[in-house]
Amino acid sequence: MRTMGLAAIDELVAVLDGAGYEVFGPRVRDGAIVLAPISGVADLPRGVGDEQDAARYRLRDRGDDRLFGYAAAAQGLKPVLFPSDELLVRIRKTPIGFDLEEPEAPARPRAFLGARDCDLRALAVHDTVLSSREFADKSYGQRRDGVFVVAVSCADPCGTCFCVSQGGSPKPGDGYDLALTELVDDAGHRFVVEVGSERGAEVLAQVTTAEAAESDLAAVDAQVAEATASMGRTLDTEGLPELMFAAADSPHWDTVAARCLACTNCTLVCPTCFCTSVEDSTDLSMSTTERHRVWDSCFGARFSYIHGGVVRASGKSRYRQWITHKLAGYQQQFGLSGCVGCGRCITWCPAAIDITAEAAALRASLADPETDLETAGEAR
Amino acid sequence: MTTTAVRTKPTVAVWKFASCDGCQLNLLNAEDELLEVADTVNIAYFPEATRTMLPGPYDVSLVEGSITTPEEIERIKMVREQSGVLITIGACATHGGIQALRNYADVEEYTRYVYAHPEYIETLETSTPISEHVKVDFELRGCPVDKYQLVEVIAAFAQGRRPRIPTYSVCVECKRAGNICVPVVSGEPCLGPVTQAGCGAICPSFNRGCYACFGPQDSQNCHGMADRLAALGMTNDEMVRAYRTFNATCEPFHAESMRHERARKAGAEEVEA
Repeated sequence: MRTMGLAAIDELVAVLDGAGYEVFGPRVRDGAIVLAPISGVADLPRGVGDEQDAARYRLRDRGDDRLFGYAAAAQGLKPVLFPSDELLVRIRKTPIGFDLEEPEAPARPRAFLGARDCDLRALAVHDTVLSSREFADKSYGQRRDGVFVVAVSCADPCGTCFCVSQGGSPKPGDGYDLALTELVDDAGHRFVVEVGSERGAEVLAQVTTAEAAESDLAAVDAQVAEATASMGRTLDTEGLPELMFAAADSPHWDTVAARCLACTNCTLVCPTCFCTSVEDSTDLSMSTTERHRVWDSCFGARFSYIHGGVVRASGKSRYRQWITHKLAGYQQQFGLSGCVGCGRCITWCPAAIDITAEAAALRASLADPETDLETAGEAR
Repeated sequence: MTTTAVRTKPTVAVWKFASCDGCQLNLLNAEDELLEVADTVNIAYFPEATRTMLPGPYDVSLVEGSITTPEEIERIKMVREQSGVLITIGACATHGGIQALRNYADVEEYTRYVYAHPEYIETLETSTPISEHVKVDFELRGCPVDKYQLVEVIAAFAQGRRPRIPTYSVCVECKRAGNICVPVVSGEPCLGPVTQAGCGAICPSFNRGCYACFGPQDSQNCHGMADRLAALGMTNDEMVRAYRTFNATCEPFHAESMRHERARKAGAEEVEA
């Protein structure tokens, strides 16, 4: 295993840029960490940490030099690989008929610096849902092909993190080309690097590294163990899919529906939610028509509109649909959970609804129908 | 081979009732689209823009403003009679506008404060939406309306299709735009979750909370929203104003504002459930 210093991060970004990648990494914007194009260490959120709780996100000064000392960013990789508004086709009227214009693949493949284990497991979900079934999603495939991932271990999980409950880990397990664990201690500020692919090895060979010491590897293990033990939340997954289906008629849905604003935020920040709507628009002169695919949400009324009626008219039915699909339906459809435990739906819910607390409340309501169904700690 | 259907350009009239003219101005502000609009429809009556005033009837009427005087009640009936399709534009026309704050106050007292000779003022006690007086075919929300939505509505009626005007929350547009959620990141109240999209999430894009000028989204939960606004420190007084500012006459906002007004008057710390 190799280690590298701070300056080598700049080298790494330069090598990726030189190899033709558009490099995305964490940056501070409008009081949050977002994923955006970067050109080096100067763009990264050095010394910036975060505090996250239900409906609350704040950046904080860490008092150290960590580049990756924050937990889940405002969004995962979804906005880049599965954009919120995507042109599918443009049709122009011509004197003899019409022209069809389909968008090209992105000119440069994307590289991601700082992706977390939850981000990569969400990417694996999208790969399964969008690329691995009978009809592959062409535009997702175009963006996904050739992606280079420099993953980073989480050193400091936040209050809404529960990846460990969902089979994840602060340390990326799979799906990366290179994986870094950032260490900041008496031995200095350095990154222990693991290689996950041949491309990763080729890139790393062009960056200044040194052999990792035994003590570095021990420090990585200790940091990961500490992070694993400091998840802000837990989700009891024992028999969860069966439980969710069994809870379909629970009176608890009324409790959560009273709080749910049907605003769609949970679905739009969820790194695995993939629902879209296709919209056609024609210009005033009726000479050009565009077909766009835009993010949609099962919390919207029109989402379940079919010939003359809305199937899920109540907020209650929509919340039940979302959480049941996420924690149970995915298993049946795709053979995996739709939740990676990143906690974004909790942090960015303006009504502070917590998927782990709701699942626990449903479990309690099934165990004892007489139990007080009000979600503990989140009561209105 | 191409076939060209012979179409006559539909005639459009733009009318003003009690309003600030901002919505009509947004049509004029659609600079890039205006020439195309003029190519697509025949603007027959638009006093804000042209002295040419062709007589009715009109295929499409765009109506700005609310009904606040006895004269306006008669005039809107005349507009309806002359219009094939009547579309109201803006919060005044769709929900009474800011002037609907009078519905909760004593108008006579207002006129005494504002006018040197209130005896010359003939006004109604309420400001009401156009739809309370005549049949309305489509309502375009906003204070002011969004110029792209306005052009879309004109295009839709000119092309004989349904307008593509979403009724989901502002949050959808906000997240699609990549904005960071204002209340979550700063604690500043934001009415986006109960408000209909259409503005392009313009206030949150500038790190301001949403003021709900587009009125309620199709699945609003104003009661649940109020609970969260209270958690962010909003008082009953502020809640009353938040729900009344632009769209006081729409039922969910009105009902929620009344709940907080009753709580305020009772001096209660807790509002009724």
